[in-house]
Amino acid sequence: MSIELLIFFILAVFLIASSLLVIFQRNPVHSALALVAALFIMAVLFLTQEAPMVAVLQIFVYAGAIMVLFLFVIMLLNPSMPEKGHWIWWGSGSLGAALLAVELISLFLPVHGTKPLGAEVGENFGSPKLLAEILFKEFVLPFEIASILLLVALIGAVVLAKR
Amino acid sequence: MVPLNYYLALSAFVFAIGVIGVIIRRNLIVILLSLELMLNAVNLTFIAISRSLGSMDGQVIVFFVMTVAAAEAVVGLAIIISLFRKRQSLDPQEMQLLRW
Amino acid sequence: MIVEIGIVVAKVLLVLIMVLNLAGIMGWVERKGSALIQDRIGANRASILGFAGLGLINTMVADPIKFLTKEDFVPPRGDRVLHTLAPCLALFPTLVLFAVIPFGDVLEIGGRTINLQVAPNINIGILYIFAMSSLSVYGIVIGAWASNNKFSLLGGVRGSAQMISYEIAMGLSVMGIVMIYETLELQEIVRGQGSLLWGWLPAWGVVLQPVAFLLFFTTAVAESKRIPFDQPEAESELVAGFHTEYSGAKFLMFFTAEFAEMVTAAAIITTLFFGGWQVPYLMRDGFHFPGGAILLLPHLAIVLLQVGVFVFKVFFFCWLFILIRWTLPRFRYDQVMRLGWKMLLPLALANVMVTAIWIIVLGT
Repeated sequence: MSIELLIFFILAVFLIASSLLVIFQRNPVHSALALVAALFIMAVLFLTQEAPMVAVLQIFVYAGAIMVLFLFVIMLLNPSMPEKGHWIWWGSGSLGAALLAVELISLFLPVHGTKPLGAEVGENFGSPKLLAEILFKEFVLPFEIASILLLVALIGAVVLAKR
Repeated sequence: MVPLNYYLALSAFVFAIGVIGVIIRRNLIVILLSLELMLNAVNLTFIAISRSLGSMDGQVIVFFVMTVAAAEAVVGLAIIISLFRKRQSLDPQEMQLLRW
Repeated sequence: MIVEIGIVVAKVLLVLIMVLNLAGIMGWVERKGSALIQDRIGANRASILGFAGLGLINTMVADPIKFLTKEDFVPPRGDRVLHTLAPCLALFPTLVLFAVIPFGDVLEIGGRTINLQVAPNINIGILYIFAMSSLSVYGIVIGAWASNNKFSLLGGVRGSAQMISYEIAMGLSVMGIVMIYETLELQEIVRGQGSLLWGWLPAWGVVLQPVAFLLFFTTAVAESKRIPFDQPEAESELVAGFHTEYSGAKFLMFFTAEFAEMVTAAAIITTLFFGGWQVPYLMRDGFHFPGGAILLLPHLAIVLLQVGVFVFKVFFFCWLFILIRWTLPRFRYDQVMRLGWKMLLPLALANVMVTAIWIIVLGT
């Protein structure tokens, strides 16, 4: 068991634990914090896959801005009603999701042939320099459209949330 | 070297957990949180495959997925706020009528 | 392999001990410094075995003992888990930030070249700093929410709004520095500040980007929630703001987090704008004065000089923060927001544009 495999398993266990905490906590603030932990662990997983720029963007944008927004809204609305349990609903939903999980995992984890497919990458892979080059040369149109999309979302959110 | 399949299986697991969250929870905000969890699982798939193929396109796609997820979370939360102001509840079962 | 792990552990321990000790020393410097400014004596009652002469040591030992022996409670309808978690969330990012700050050039011992930075060769250096400082909003938000107290909530809301507003200007003001030194790694930026302009002026960040320095300084003061941006803790308005309901060990963690954040902000300012560990005219083997005189020094002396200069500069900026705190009054909340969005943000954008045009025109 190499050290990379060990780190991957530790991170995977923590990720699954915090994802389960997200969906099974009664208090939405606890769920949001568990999601922040899950996002952080995801960022570390991105780092192990040679994507440092995306990892830092994940912490900066997702865990640092979007989740703060979620927390603000949760505190603003202050929901204090516990949800009633519906066993048929929960049972069938969990069954459906479990089926989905089993199918996907059996697709991705064949019993034989787990040969790592790692291609050789240069030492610049995942660095801000390379990401910026590709963003501004080949993907410049989606980049500009994404900024317009953010502007539209901003205006829409302000209009929707005004009294 | 961690095999690619392990990353894909982990991402599928987290995706399924997100699906459970969307289906069984009856609080609009927690549904949105589970949606974000699903988006992140997909991000992990993109990054893992991008690394194994040696191409940067996967990371660029993740960049755009993050941007779109940010915009969607913002608008979704604004909608939830205006729904709450109207119905005083965050239970999706109470919002079944198209006009009230 | 074991030696390399040992080296990393030694660096981590060195940085942690340095930061926590500086935070403790700053607590004492703040009290004595404020006493100096306000023409009074300050804290002088702590004594070891009746000997009250060593003011600093006495206070550094007495303060933690005082905090740790207080009662630890959670407010009645407050959230127990979140109340305990909030100080940890406040302290974690400020300590982890030090992983990318270089406190010296390379150290050559026993044939090994050790880069005096806890995590060398990360190609995203500065972005890591911004990522971790964006996590420090959580300590305030969760601390305010878990206290079930209107004053805390008000302090928390104001504090988090202030912090997320000033993060943007902070990030943009550093872009000029990144453009000039053409790298995101902090060790390379510090090394780039060793070159000389016109043969005699060291190319420090403050020389090349004075506006960015002022912007970054202001936003750093705002991010560490010190006066004049004191709204989250507004001591005479909001009881104690977001840490009203905290006492004992948890308050000690908030207290340490605030001073550690001040130390970290000072360290980032020295690294980006004031040459970090660079002594003017000191190269790898000795002093090279512009007149032509050369003074060769042994390697260990150079390393000690560089680390000492770094600590001295950090100390200087911490003292500057304390001086500003006890001199200026507090901004009102709408003034804080107006400053962040309407004045600092356009100024930072203009700085980036002017720097870009300058670089294109001059080609440097």
